[in-house]
Amino acid sequence: MSVEANVPCRYEAGATVPRVPGEPGVWVLILGDMVVFAVLFATYLFHRGQEPGAFASAQRALSPGVGVVMTLLLLTASWLVVIGVRAARNDNTSAAPRAFLAAATLGAAFAGLKVVDYHERFVHGETPSTNDFFLYYFILTGIHLFHLVMGVGALGVLARLSAKRPVPANHFAFVEGAACYWHMVDVLWIVLFPLLYFLR
Amino acid sequence: MLSMVRHRTTVIWLLLVVATSGSWMLGSENRGQFSAGTGTALMLVAFIKVRLVGLHFMELRSAPLALRTLFEVYVVVVCTVVIVMYLAS
Repeated sequence: MSVEANVPCRYEAGATVPRVPGEPGVWVLILGDMVVFAVLFATYLFHRGQEPGAFASAQRALSPGVGVVMTLLLLTASWLVVIGVRAARNDNTSAAPRAFLAAATLGAAFAGLKVVDYHERFVHGETPSTNDFFLYYFILTGIHLFHLVMGVGALGVLARLSAKRPVPANHFAFVEGAACYWHMVDVLWIVLFPLLYFLR
Repeated sequence: MLSMVRHRTTVIWLLLVVATSGSWMLGSENRGQFSAGTGTALMLVAFIKVRLVGLHFMELRSAPLALRTLFEVYVVVVCTVVIVMYLAS
């Protein structure tokens, strides 16, 4: 089914009547997670303030280039999820699962890079017990990675749900909620990246 | 698929990519002599990116005022706390 760009369709954002994307309950989870991470950001900055020199020195072991690639992977995955949701709204059973699967693949690539990064850290003797910087590095990125893996699983479910037949109306809140959860994973990394890789 | 790409959100994605590349250059160029101004700029750009993802990808710009306000307040408060704590250290 072909779809014209910018043609309003069911559940379309920008509608005149405001609406909550996804189930309201999923926003309790999303905003709750975002608050938990805000506390973690503040905790990291507090401990960084205790020994800024040691944090800056340990931070130099990280590769910002790899962090940029990981950021671009998540931003592109989020964009693909937006495309997937739009396609699903238009009952496009071809584009929607492809977009969700492509996003899940980029998410898996992010996880792969993170695992390689952890391996590098351990090979160089940089573990959570090395110093406070690496303790917080592993805690923050580890909790984020856990959320990302859940998100990749959710995208797999969306790909399956949107394939072969249009998404039933009573499943659409789930599609939007899972998409927003994925965007939250992106949002958290957008802050973590400069916080851990650049701030000194 | 191409028609799906021709959309406002693609422009937002491009903006996010450009902002990420800009942050990388800003952060890397100043790695030797990193100033508080550079750190502040990097975090400001990060929270502008967060707001773009929230409003356009999470579709909060068309959400009820209460939900959008919660998100906007989160962005402003967390951005302020992060920058103040960074500058105070």
